[in-house]
Amino acid sequence: MAIDFTFTDEHEELRATVRAFLADRSDEATVREQMATERGYDPEVWTQMAEQMGLAGLIIPEQHGGAGYTYVELLIVMEEMGRALLCAPYLGTAVFATNALLHCADETTQKELLASIAAGELTATVAHAEPNGRWDLGGIELSATRSGDDWTLSGSKAWVLDGHTADVILVAARSDAGLSLFRVAGDAQGLTRSLVPSLDLTRKLAQLEFSGTPAQLVSSGDQSEAFTRVLGLTQAALAAEQVGGAQWCLDTSVEYAKTRLQFGRPIGSYQAIKHKCADMLVETEFAKSAAYAACFAAAGDEPDFLETAALAKSACSEAYFHAAADTIQIHGGMGFTWELPVHLYFKRAKASELLFGDAAHHREALAEMIGI
Amino acid sequence: MSDPAQIGEEELRERVRALLDEVHPETTASIPFRQKQYEHGLAWVHFPEGHGGLGLSPKMNMVVFDEISKHSKVVHHDPPASIIGIGMGAPVVLTYGTEEMKKTLLPKIFSGEEVWCQLFSEPGAGSDVAGLSSLAVREGDDWVVNGQKVWTTVAHLARWGMLLTRTNPDAPKHDGLSYFVLDMQAPGVEVRPLYQITGEAEFNEVFLNDVRIPHDRMLGKEGQGWRVAITTLMNERVAIGGGGSKKKGGGATAQLLKLWQGRKQGATTPAQEAMLRDRVTRAYIDNELLRLTSQRARASQKAGNPGPEGSVSKLAQAEINKRMWETAIDVMGADGLSFEAGYELRQSAGMPDSVEGLAKYQFLRSRANSIEGGTSEIMRNILGERVLGLPGEPRVDKDVPWKDVPRS
Repeated sequence: MAIDFTFTDEHEELRATVRAFLADRSDEATVREQMATERGYDPEVWTQMAEQMGLAGLIIPEQHGGAGYTYVELLIVMEEMGRALLCAPYLGTAVFATNALLHCADETTQKELLASIAAGELTATVAHAEPNGRWDLGGIELSATRSGDDWTLSGSKAWVLDGHTADVILVAARSDAGLSLFRVAGDAQGLTRSLVPSLDLTRKLAQLEFSGTPAQLVSSGDQSEAFTRVLGLTQAALAAEQVGGAQWCLDTSVEYAKTRLQFGRPIGSYQAIKHKCADMLVETEFAKSAAYAACFAAAGDEPDFLETAALAKSACSEAYFHAAADTIQIHGGMGFTWELPVHLYFKRAKASELLFGDAAHHREALAEMIGI
Repeated sequence: MSDPAQIGEEELRERVRALLDEVHPETTASIPFRQKQYEHGLAWVHFPEGHGGLGLSPKMNMVVFDEISKHSKVVHHDPPASIIGIGMGAPVVLTYGTEEMKKTLLPKIFSGEEVWCQLFSEPGAGSDVAGLSSLAVREGDDWVVNGQKVWTTVAHLARWGMLLTRTNPDAPKHDGLSYFVLDMQAPGVEVRPLYQITGEAEFNEVFLNDVRIPHDRMLGKEGQGWRVAITTLMNERVAIGGGGSKKKGGGATAQLLKLWQGRKQGATTPAQEAMLRDRVTRAYIDNELLRLTSQRARASQKAGNPGPEGSVSKLAQAEINKRMWETAIDVMGADGLSFEAGYELRQSAGMPDSVEGLAKYQFLRSRANSIEGGTSEIMRNILGERVLGLPGEPRVDKDVPWKDVPRS
């Protein structure tokens, strides 16, 4: 099926509303303030995002207390959040954990958690990657131990989004059913959570150590296929966030190139700078097409969704990083300073490229899927 | 007769059927059929009545095509050699030509009896066409032209040329140009094939030695040639965001994948093969991005909200295409050393049949993608200045008499 890429007036309204909200609650000063805290976000803003804006439960169905929107709305929201460099547990809670609950968890767990997530009362995350550094399902080695009806987890999880603060942690682990999803309370006994000193201060990551930690099995049967889809959905949303960041880089670079004068004229009048901006425009527009395609494919439940998601994560990761790197160069010495926000985007660009697998990882995944 | 503006789709279809009652494509050759089609006002329905049209919206041209194909297995499409005449010649004659020119020239452009070519580029004026130096000097009722044109498609078949030439070297470059309809059979017009990197000649060079053109063959006024040329170029059929294949993994990508699947086993180490595979995957992704971007451009065009996605494809497509065929050659490895088609100098012969032959041909031909129709450097300037709003370079050739501007 061909993706139609059509945005309605309501979509444009949603974009404008989210952009206005973020301009107010996620301006540069706020980002700098929050990134310096251990929690990494302002709980009051998170509550507003949930209660006033309905963002926390954006893709949660109405029957579970959410807004019941699709990935088309989510892509708009992610793009704006990426542009504003929002510090919030959105990717972990509203995207990754929400998708894991929707696609892997039993109904009881969905009932218990989704409404609280939508209400902004609970944050959640998924512990998926491990210190082995792999992002594919094969990298999930942590295995759960059963005694009667009770399960415990022992082992390590790495690079967990907001893992140090999340109220609920959904752990992907091995059981006799294959790949399973377990629910662990953030304050469970035998769980040690430590904040990772991260390259990108605006998104917090944690290392989790489980030692005989009590866990509740919330899935039935092997979740390999469902969890693969959850990963694809998370990558598609992240790709849209990357596009928002790349667009910020382009806009900021162009603005600077118009106003910065050297040798008596704006640096943007020199082809050396102008052509860099033009290339950034092309790559950003192409990345946008990929991210939109992936999110429209998710919304339409297209059969080739996973291909498109891999393509998007690969293209958007490179586009954002190239844009951020060139934005430093175009800003000259100032681009290298702490004072300008460019470095914050540069770090977010590289971190979001590495999260869930870099561009080469996803090219390889795509090549496998289409038989190259 | 009813007011042509009132003709609706149904009546238009009736008129097409009336044409088909008189002549039918299955039993009539292209030229005589298209002559009748013109007489019925069904050549270009958006042209005025009496000049091949009915004064309708350009969208209605599709109806004519649709109705003909409904009733005939044969459709006489625009002849390939006539693409320039139909796409650029006819609109410029309609806009700037005298009534006499319209009556005599337009029917034969449409029918395919007379081929047109465009004489703009010169050896010294590529990206900077307005800096061209062929010169027409007034002698009585005639202009006498001397100079050289280049990259002229179908000049060897053409009856008429759209000639942009300088008539006033003392004016700044854009103001000293005039536009003529040139009789390609006039004495002093010499057409030579221009052989290119593949050994073929898709284009020609046209030499003009003391060629006389009657003054009344000027389109627009003296010194207004640039404006007329812009009209011509605006009518150039540039498909909006026309890049990429229609289908996922289709078009050129399919050829590359076919080459990859058939690659010689054991010629590379696993590590080399992994690197090549990544390049093939990149080529696949690039072409997908091109396809998706064109699709997105069409969607926003349709929604009446066109964005920059419609402007980026020319630049991207050129670069992607070159890179893709480079990858194709590297997939072939040592087999890329041979060039079976050979380099015999010849008129354009079409593409090789085998996928290997095609890849080798395209490897060479695609170098022009980032030069023809605007170099990638010029495209980056256009994107930078018109889309992003960056300031232009200071110009040394502005407001200066053309004759004082340095030239290579």
